[in-house]
Amino acid sequence: MKCSEFLKELTDYLDGEIDERTKAELEEHLQWCHNCYVVCNTTQRTIEIYRDSKLYELPDDLRTRLRSAIITKCQGHKNATPER
Amino acid sequence: MEAIESKVDEPVNGETVLVDAARKGDIGAFEELVRRYDRNVFRIAQHITQNREDAEDVVQDAFLKAYQNLGQFQGQSKFYTWLVRIAVNEALMRLRRRRPERMVSIDEDVKTEEDSMPREIADWSPNPEQLYKQAELRDILSKTIQGLPASFRTVFVLRDVEGLSTEETAAALDLSVPAVKSRLLRARLQLRDRLNKYFKRRDGDGRP
Repeated sequence: MKCSEFLKELTDYLDGEIDERTKAELEEHLQWCHNCYVVCNTTQRTIEIYRDSKLYELPDDLRTRLRSAIITKCQGHKNATPER
Repeated sequence: MEAIESKVDEPVNGETVLVDAARKGDIGAFEELVRRYDRNVFRIAQHITQNREDAEDVVQDAFLKAYQNLGQFQGQSKFYTWLVRIAVNEALMRLRRRRPERMVSIDEDVKTEEDSMPREIADWSPNPEQLYKQAELRDILSKTIQGLPASFRTVFVLRDVEGLSTEETAAALDLSVPAVKSRLLRARLQLRDRLNKYFKRRDGDGRP
């Protein structure tokens, strides 16, 4: 397996969406190809870091304000369309 | 290697009941749906628009549109996937309005110079996120993802940050599964490449 072939399968491999045979071939490649091992490992870390980052958390006060605005608008829509 | 888990619980407890009640005009039931998903919608909106005010507007408009169109929700997909689809469209519309000079489309299969092939192979420090203070790290991650084309950013956020499945992401964005996979691979590799400069292993104490 070439490195470019490994890269093509990387997303399915990281997501566990891969058949056993291809998985075995990829893991065999990882045994001897340090570059692909590093790319695979750091790509996995990239995903984990973003997933765990708490980037753009909704602050409680803003959350309350937004929810109240949404419900007021929905109420307005409901009142304007009584047939619902 | 473990598969990435969904951030939204499955099965979605009592969701059909809530959606049915909301459809019949029960605002309380709809408020419960807002409570379940407002954080997710806000995060998606801010990732796409990269602007806090726009993200706030997207949250309001997406939920209002969902409420107004509940009659059209068929129940074939999860309510959350349907809501995400509305939110992504609202977010992209605002992004286009703010940056009319730049082509913003989810359909666009952007070819960039730094495409799939990694430019630099560098191993990272064992716990790279611990090299920075939390606020500093958030700044790095935010700046890094902002550099991606909107179509890559959106797929990455839905799939990897929000934990939608490939099929759900495809449905939410009206893309084919291969198109989602292609964008996801390139998004992941580009982010990895761009994070290298912050996280790569150095001699000495490990701090760049």
